[in-house]
Amino acid sequence: MLQGPVIVLVAFAYLGLLFGIAYYADKRADAGRSIIDNPYIYALSLAVYATAWTFYGSVGRAASDGIGFLPIYLGPTLMIALWWLVMRKIIRISKNNRITSLADFIASRYGKSALLGGVVTVIAVIGILPYISLQLKAIATSYAILLHYPEISMPASAGAAPLGADTAFWIALILAAFTILFGTRHLDAAEHHEGMVAAIAFESLVKLLAFLAVGLFVTYGMYDGVGDIFARVRSDSQLSRLLTPLEGVAGSYANWVWLTILSMLAIMFLPRQFQVAVIENKDERHLKKAIWLFPLYMLAINLFVLPIAFGGNLRFPDGSVDADTFVLTLPMAAKQEGLALLVFIGGLSAATGMVIVETIALSTMVCNDLVMPVLLRLKGLRLAERRDLTALLLGIRRGAIVLMLMLGYLYFRLAGEAYALVSIGLVSFAAVAQFAPALLGGIFWKGGTRNGAFCGLVAGFGVWGYTLLLPALVRSGWLPASLIEHGPWGIELLKPLQLFGLAGLDQITHAMIWSMIANVGAYAAVSLLGTRDPQEARQASVFVDAYLQGDTPGAPFWRGTASASELHRLLTRFIGADSADSAFREFARNRGLAWPDSKENALQADANLVYFVEMQLAGAIGAASAHIMVASAVKEEALSIEEVREMLDEASQVIVYSHRLEQKSRELERATEELRGANERLKELDSLKDDFVATVSHELRTPLTAIRTFSQILRDNPDLEPTERARQLGIVIRESERLTRLINQILDISKLESGNVEWNPGPVDMKEIVEDTVAAMSELFKEKNIELYKRVPERVPLVTADLDRIVQVMLNLLSNAEKFCHPRRGKVEIALSEAGGFLRVDVRDNGTGISFADRELIFERFRRAGDSVADKPHGTGLGLHICRRIVERLDGRIWVESGGAGETCISFTLPLAR
Amino acid sequence: MQESEAKGQRLIALFVLGCLLFNYPVLSLFNVAADAFGVPVLYAYIFAAWMLLIALLAFAAESQR
Repeated sequence: MLQGPVIVLVAFAYLGLLFGIAYYADKRADAGRSIIDNPYIYALSLAVYATAWTFYGSVGRAASDGIGFLPIYLGPTLMIALWWLVMRKIIRISKNNRITSLADFIASRYGKSALLGGVVTVIAVIGILPYISLQLKAIATSYAILLHYPEISMPASAGAAPLGADTAFWIALILAAFTILFGTRHLDAAEHHEGMVAAIAFESLVKLLAFLAVGLFVTYGMYDGVGDIFARVRSDSQLSRLLTPLEGVAGSYANWVWLTILSMLAIMFLPRQFQVAVIENKDERHLKKAIWLFPLYMLAINLFVLPIAFGGNLRFPDGSVDADTFVLTLPMAAKQEGLALLVFIGGLSAATGMVIVETIALSTMVCNDLVMPVLLRLKGLRLAERRDLTALLLGIRRGAIVLMLMLGYLYFRLAGEAYALVSIGLVSFAAVAQFAPALLGGIFWKGGTRNGAFCGLVAGFGVWGYTLLLPALVRSGWLPASLIEHGPWGIELLKPLQLFGLAGLDQITHAMIWSMIANVGAYAAVSLLGTRDPQEARQASVFVDAYLQGDTPGAPFWRGTASASELHRLLTRFIGADSADSAFREFARNRGLAWPDSKENALQADANLVYFVEMQLAGAIGAASAHIMVASAVKEEALSIEEVREMLDEASQVIVYSHRLEQKSRELERATEELRGANERLKELDSLKDDFVATVSHELRTPLTAIRTFSQILRDNPDLEPTERARQLGIVIRESERLTRLINQILDISKLESGNVEWNPGPVDMKEIVEDTVAAMSELFKEKNIELYKRVPERVPLVTADLDRIVQVMLNLLSNAEKFCHPRRGKVEIALSEAGGFLRVDVRDNGTGISFADRELIFERFRRAGDSVADKPHGTGLGLHICRRIVERLDGRIWVESGGAGETCISFTLPLAR
Repeated sequence: MQESEAKGQRLIALFVLGCLLFNYPVLSLFNVAADAFGVPVLYAYIFAAWMLLIALLAFAAESQR
């Protein structure tokens, strides 16, 4: 039954079935009914961790080491307990930033650095090559062994066969073709491969079932249960040492611990694990189930490793059969053709699953983070101007897949034969462990810098190459053996397997210790000593504070200019017109706008759109390349450190803002206060005006009434006595004069207040004015029997004033004094004196006096001492107001003093003439 | 958020517990030449501890509180 064609046919039928599953899942995804959006599928897809290494290699390791294979599975069990803390954050960050791969993640974290992305890609590709070669070796070996059924013989060394006759070569080619079909049929803007994930989940089931089947058969079919196997092992003097393999030597536990740590890191940082756990994750809540389902899967697939290993050791005690093949050779020895074929398919599942996911993940990295950034920077290619780049992107990825498998094959030919499966795989684990400091540091520590990450990666990878890759090449005969035995140039301290004299550990532990010291040390030291540019600081914040960000972090940081159609053209070139159109339509619809443009609500090329386009591009070509492309399409203004600090430091911004707010509100309060004051004043003025009008009407009516009354008397009584007639006519004239005076004064005031008075200031002799005005008033004073005194010095200096106005002031003051002095023994005194550059004029009377409260009031319009409209028969109430206006206009001062006892003195000063 | 935080802390505690269970010196206590249920003590211990850890993980990860 197990002829070559049958085996090949079954293998191809199985691959066809996988492809069918993938095709179906892709169709469902296109229809929006994803079958992988499910925590069980997610957990099963994580089991891509179990490769041919697990399927064949664990037994091989257990057969020689006992329990030594287990840390590789205990480590992930421990690590996954931390996934709620770590992986959930990585997933959140990746979704927010549309991360497409491990390299993209690290490049993005450290300021979208193309250099860092390239370094990570190179490390991943070189580091993973041994791992791919391991899968090729497993498939080729199992096929060769199965082909010789029923005879059990180990295949000849692969290096001996010519290329065309080497099964491994053809397997590599077939896997390359199959992977291309799986992963790169078309370009997905989000880098999701739903079909691939569904197929991987199916493969995980197949390999588990196959392994459990062979385990059950060996344990209960070939032997009499687990107890029987262990009893036989114990009675075998050669094998019984395997039952307590952790001998009391320090190295044994150290190896155990380091293998655990190594596998803890591998479960996160193997490119294929990152792909299925992060990139293909549909919902971070799937983690809840995966946290216990995945360890359970690993427990199940490891249950029968020891029984099979010991069963094999017992069955083939002479060592003629490679322990790595026990899983296959035991059923063959028991003549179970069907089971042997199932095992072969199980092994094929494990190997193809790993190769497909790993090479797809690596091809994305090679394309997005290694080739495209270089091509885009090569101005000569004019790549940035090409219309459609999707074909180019796919071509690069397909090429990368073929190249990777061919390199894996090459490693298999060069070095693979000398090692067991597990040893080959561990070399790859140690390589990807180098990503741990940069990545874990990057999501929890803002201080990590691009230069630090770069130095750490290079240093760690350098030590890895020296302590693991170099010895592998030596052992395969490609480098002289003296390098290992005596160190380079005979320097013993630099021996690759005992660096600086560290001995007694196995090779992997030794390499891990030194590479981690170099990696973490360089990362931390360079980060702490260096500085970050604004782009780095911004990305650090976006990554470390992932939970604080909304769904679209980063957008507000952008400043620059671009046009929407330019951005649309850019997107079209990379993801095709249909995808670009629908992306733009969705973006516009979410903001209530229209695309393509309509006049009213055109799509603005603001920071949000630019960010959106960069994220879409990042999904297709990675963050670093997307950043370069968008930067070429838009004119981005560089952010200064100050600006970024201001943006990041939201708290301080809020404080500044609230300070400003407080200040504003204080200003507002002050303004309100002033306004209220002004309003009060306005009200006062308004009532004053009303008073003014009322007073003026009142003042005008009094003389008018008198004039009219006496005129009527004179008209109606023509026969009045001449003396009486003369008296009454006198009253009419006096009242007319009073009326004239009142009107003149009102006119004066309105002129003074509107500024329409002509002023002619000049040197004025005050003594002369006093003489003149007193002479003018003397008749009136005599009439009222008022005594008038003058106290004027011999020589009085000239003052600067307007002659007519000063006369007016003097007349006003004298007529005031006449009105308010004592009705019977009236006495008025005028005094001139000189003091401090001013001439002072006092006009004193012996009237009723002025209360203290009224001293300022009397200078206002229509205000008289004593107040109340009713009892003020004398004067117009405008005289003193006019006096004050005139004196103050002439740079003098006027005020009132009341010496008590009914004495009032109104004084004013005028500046002396120079 | 509250639920997530409690979950995270319980899972961290389980991580620490796992590190203890699968490490020196606890491991060395079981590294003796004796059988339990027909299986060497060391193997029986590791698989039993592993299953216990998975059960606790399931409880912590799925609990709604």
